[in-house]
Parts: sequence; structure tokens; C-alpha cells
Amino acid sequence: MTQYRGIIIKTVLLIIAAGMIVYGVSRGEMAIAFNKAINICFECIGLG
Amino acid sequence: MKIGISVKRKILQFISFALSDPYIGNFYSGKLYKGFWKNFCNPGLNCYSCPAAGLSCPIGAMQAVNGSIDFKLSFYVLGTLCAFGILLGRAVCGFLCPFGLLQELLYKIPSPKKKIRKEFRYIKYVMLFLVVGMMPVLITNAMGMGDPFFCKYICPAGTLEGGIPMLLAHAEISDMAGWLLALKLLIAACTVVGCILVMRLFCKVLCPLGAFYGFFNKISFIQLETDQNACVSCGKCAKVCPMDVDPSADPNSMECIRCGKCVSVCDQQAISIRKLAAAQQKRELKQSAEN
Repeated sequence: MTQYRGIIIKTVLLIIAAGMIVYGVSRGEMAIAFNKAINICFECIGLG
Repeated sequence: MKIGISVKRKILQFISFALSDPYIGNFYSGKLYKGFWKNFCNPGLNCYSCPAAGLSCPIGAMQAVNGSIDFKLSFYVLGTLCAFGILLGRAVCGFLCPFGLLQELLYKIPSPKKKIRKEFRYIKYVMLFLVVGMMPVLITNAMGMGDPFFCKYICPAGTLEGGIPMLLAHAEISDMAGWLLALKLLIAACTVVGCILVMRLFCKVLCPLGAFYGFFNKISFIQLETDQNACVSCGKCAKVCPMDVDPSADPNSMECIRCGKCVSVCDQQAISIRKLAAAQQKRELKQSAEN
């Protein structure tokens, strides 16, 4: 019984994580991350 | 011939590294990959300004969204990291992180090897909650945008993977270099020297991603299990652990990266890496057999 409870809890957490991804994508977060990632990040390379 | 877990892990690390940084040719041109896959986050730490990078850095992406005008929390990145955490926990660090592999290769350079005080490990939680989570949201400019503080002031992965190759490839932007680059080069140099002396120093002390995945170690699908009945408390597992964990006492420590060295070294075969469900099933079967 314990094993099923563990699996159910993890599965629920995974579904919540998937929901967060879908919600984030739906409100345009992916575009912000993408725009940052495809251009040289001056902060990352130490130029400010 | 049976392949040991250490060899399997190393193979997986190199495959993950190759998949994370497939555009090696970009080191010569100094260009970045701008295609579809940059929409997605790498599970490990890998700067998206590395010319070879094919995916986004999750810590950079998190700060980019948290510091944007429109949003103060990135559900997209948080959800992605939670999903990897639930599935793998810090096995991401041990098997998939490109910067983790680089640190392990640095540690192979012959030198006197050291350990660090355990108190230093708490610094990475400050990095996660304060520098990555809060500072880009709270410290903003007139437009309401925050800097990616971890990337800007600390991240040695960005300096080594992105900064140095980009500055070498683009002489024109090297004129912009100032005290910030000097600071980042100093941190990167300290990290490199530190990683030669201390196994995965960056993971232990500074990495916000490792801190995040550590919270999932006790609940992830992948678990380390110690059979206390078989354990003879010889201490070999604690001695061999690169993350200075004692797997016999705390097999699912937040520091454990599931490298499997303790599994290999245990003569009693008391330690195993397995899915939680399988481990519980085995325990329940044993209990029912005893009853």
C-alpha cells in the first residue's frame, strides 16, 4: 500500500510541475527565456 | 563483462555533455545557436552564452523571467526544475550536469586533495533563495527590471563557458571589459583552482541548482537505499563519497549526487540505487515474509 501512496504522491507532484510549465508557457515566459538565450548575455560573460 | 556504475555514469555524463553543447564549431565563429531547442532548459548548469550550448541555462532563464517587467516568478522554469527534481533529484548533478563533469575532470589533475568545512555548504542556499530568487525581483531599475545577479556577479560557468570564448572570438566587445570581468575572472580562477583541490567545490558551495535539486532527494523516484541489516558500519562508503556524505546514516542526504561510488565500494552490497517503489516493495515483501 505504501508503495502506491508514494507513486501517487510523486505522480501528483509531476502533474503539478507539468501544470506550472504549461501555465508559464501560456503567459509567455518561454519567449523571455528564449530571447535571453539566443543573444549574447553580457552579464553572463562579465561585461555587465 | 559487467560494466560498473562508475563507468556507466561517466559515459552518461559525456553523452549529456555532448547533447548540451553540440555546436562546437561555434567556438571558432563566436556565434550562438539561435534555434528551437533554446526554448528549453538544460537540467544541469550550462551557460546559454556558451557558443556550443544547444539549450537554455535554467538559472539564467529563471533570473531573466524573474527580473522581467511582466513577471516576478517563472512558473515555466520552476516547473521544469521541479519535474527533473521529482524524477531524478540530485542524480541530475551526478549524471547530467555539464559543469559537474568539468569539475570532475579538473579534480583529476594531480594535486594535494582537500575537504571543505560543512558550514560552507549553506552558501548555496543563500545563492538560490537570495541571489537567484529574490534579488532580481527586489532590486530593479526605473523600468522595473532586475539584473540576473548570480550570472552577473558570480557564475564561474558563465565566465568559463561563455565569457572567455566570446571575448576571444569577438575582439570588438573585449574593449567593454572592466572591473566586472576582472571580478568574474577572479571567481572563475578561484573555482578552477578550488575544483582541482576539492571534489566538485562549486557544487558543494555555490551552485543554486544543486541546492534546488537537493530538496527533492528524499522524494525523487531515484533513491539510494541502505540495508541496515546488511551494513557492518565499516565506513568505506563515507570515505569514498565525493560529496562527503555518510550513505549508511543518511542515504538520501541533500548533498548526495547519486554517483554510485558507495554502491561500488560496499562489500556487503548493503547500498543500492533504485526506484523508490521497488525499494519499498522489497522492504514490504521482506516484512511480510518475516511475519
